[in-house]
Amino acid sequence: MSGREAILNRLRVALREGKDDATREQAVQARIAAAPRGVVPMRGRLPDDDRVTLFCAMAQKVSATVERVGSSANVPGAVAAYLRQRNLPARVRMGADARLGAMPWNTEPSLEIDSGRAQDEDLAGVSHAIAGIAETGTVVLHSGQDNPTTVNFLPEHHLVVVRAKDIVGDLETVFDQVRQTFGKGHMPRTLNFITGPSRSADIEQTLLLGAHGPRALHVIMVDGD
Amino acid sequence: MEIRSPAFKENARAALDDPQLRHALEHVKSGFIVKRAMAAEALPEFEKLRDSSKAIKDETLANLDKYLEAYETKVTESGGHVHWAESAADARDIILKICQSVGAKTVTKGKSMISEEIELNDFLEGNGVQPVETDLGEYIIQLRGEHPSHIIAPAVHLARSQVEADFRRVHTHLPVDRDLTEPVTLLSEARKVLRAKYFQADVGITGANFLVAETGTSVIVTNEGNGDLTQILPKVHIVLASIEKIVPTLSDLSQVLRVLARSATGQDMSVYTTLSTGPRRAGDPDGPEQYHVVLLDNGRSSMIGTEFQEMLRCIRCGACMNHCPVYHAVGGHTYGWVYPGPMGSVLTPSLIGVDKAGHLPNASTFCGRCEAVCPVRIPLPKMMRHWREREFSRRLNPATQRYGLKAWAFFARRPRLYRLATSIGIPVLSLFGGRGRFKSLPLAGGWTRHRDMPAPEGRTFMQEWKQREAQKQGARI
Repeated sequence: MSGREAILNRLRVALREGKDDATREQAVQARIAAAPRGVVPMRGRLPDDDRVTLFCAMAQKVSATVERVGSSANVPGAVAAYLRQRNLPARVRMGADARLGAMPWNTEPSLEIDSGRAQDEDLAGVSHAIAGIAETGTVVLHSGQDNPTTVNFLPEHHLVVVRAKDIVGDLETVFDQVRQTFGKGHMPRTLNFITGPSRSADIEQTLLLGAHGPRALHVIMVDGD
Repeated sequence: MEIRSPAFKENARAALDDPQLRHALEHVKSGFIVKRAMAAEALPEFEKLRDSSKAIKDETLANLDKYLEAYETKVTESGGHVHWAESAADARDIILKICQSVGAKTVTKGKSMISEEIELNDFLEGNGVQPVETDLGEYIIQLRGEHPSHIIAPAVHLARSQVEADFRRVHTHLPVDRDLTEPVTLLSEARKVLRAKYFQADVGITGANFLVAETGTSVIVTNEGNGDLTQILPKVHIVLASIEKIVPTLSDLSQVLRVLARSATGQDMSVYTTLSTGPRRAGDPDGPEQYHVVLLDNGRSSMIGTEFQEMLRCIRCGACMNHCPVYHAVGGHTYGWVYPGPMGSVLTPSLIGVDKAGHLPNASTFCGRCEAVCPVRIPLPKMMRHWREREFSRRLNPATQRYGLKAWAFFARRPRLYRLATSIGIPVLSLFGGRGRFKSLPLAGGWTRHRDMPAPEGRTFMQEWKQREAQKQGARI
């Protein structure tokens, strides 16, 4: 008997006591299909503006920096300014994301843009989030042809663009959107929930930023569009 | 790892005599408790979320075979492979075969307690594959040849100076005169050294905090980002997870995520919560080409349907040990195997046998703080009592203890006799009690060797109780 059968048989014998296999199978399939919502905190259930304000406050609480710009046309300028202010070279890693691609990067002629997956020596990466979660100040990103996951982890500075209208109250709303986009039961290969810059408290429980991932997380919130 | 649980008492004595360890354990006492309390306080729905999480895990365990099959179907659909391992040896063999199939020389690893349970590192090393732990705490203890002393803070027993000494000993390619006096310089050095390893590795192994049946997804939760670099840079990603990690749907995942980080570190959400489904897709610029899940049983399926089933709700947050006065006093290594603290005291006997781990469920004051903070409301003290009962019925504890308990039980089952005996005994003890305490007592040397025994003053509990009840009655009239 294979390991699979042995494990499943042991479970089956132990669990059959309550209900028979067919009934349990049906109940399990029904529960997965229904995916009932549990307790959703009231914290994120706010009018649009307040929800965005809460997102910004929660993100800052976990040491992310947040900048609000009026329209997506302002994003290239904001990226260039961020690098200048920190004396970083005018160079970013960026995937071929269509939302980012549509922005007027030619307004920043001195900014070099490397495309494709991130490399070890990259200092700054720019990605576009599909959503921000107000209850925790989390940005949500997924992998795909135009969105390398390495951009979220290798560069020292991670700049994440998110639209104010994509700020949702809670985790459940994000999962509903993912189900809608990819189909129920299907997922992008990687779905990243990022809440602040990388950190560790493994040495004497002293909290330090910049463990293995980015030392800084900068959220550029696009209010218009 | 070598089982040192039978030597719990000797381990505890050594731990209590170790001033450096005592100092390090202060961090557990002061930090984690306050942070969890603040996070719980800040979320009005926290208690309801604990109930919800408990119910989700109960539902999953009651149909674990079905959820595992549903999960497997989805993993396969997304191009991943599921391997079933009945034992630690099976899991090790499966992992080694995958490593060998791609000619792996170096393997990076995200934090996984199950990897400790199956002693994966020694095995891989013995077979020519170099494992590299990437979680900072795990990396430090790997350099020291130690094991984690805490399930979420593996190096909590160490001081900064010890880490500095280890880095100087191992990182000999770096300048000798470099400054490592601050934790931040140690962190930077580890970051630099490990960056190179991520790119070298042929295989990345991570654990899983949860597996989602709805989508065939594995979920890891980290603060450092090491788990992510471990799983996206090498060609092959292996997820090592035990069978009880399943939750039915993404909606259920939302519930358990809300209690996990708050209970563990007091964060609303850990920095990186990453959901992985299958290997790299067509056209993807990065990500692993192969995605394997090794599902480990190793004794867990035998807990289903027993009084220890509820233990499988555990989501490994560490809150029980953070709040445990015994853990605070002796630290994690004293427990002598992979899982320390109250959750270890219940789980370890299930996995390695109560004959070897019998001291663990006895190392409790039954203060109940572990159960009070457990995010999935596991009745840990009750389960430790189950183990004590089993130990007694299998005659595993010493004869003096057994006769003592039997004598006590004889009286305890006969309330009148018990009251009579105590009403005689208490005044006698109180008479000989001198200045309110005994420096030594016959048959109680184990107690009085280390501290005085307070002498009873006045009357028995039952006498006091009756009088107070009578007074209350009187006051009401």
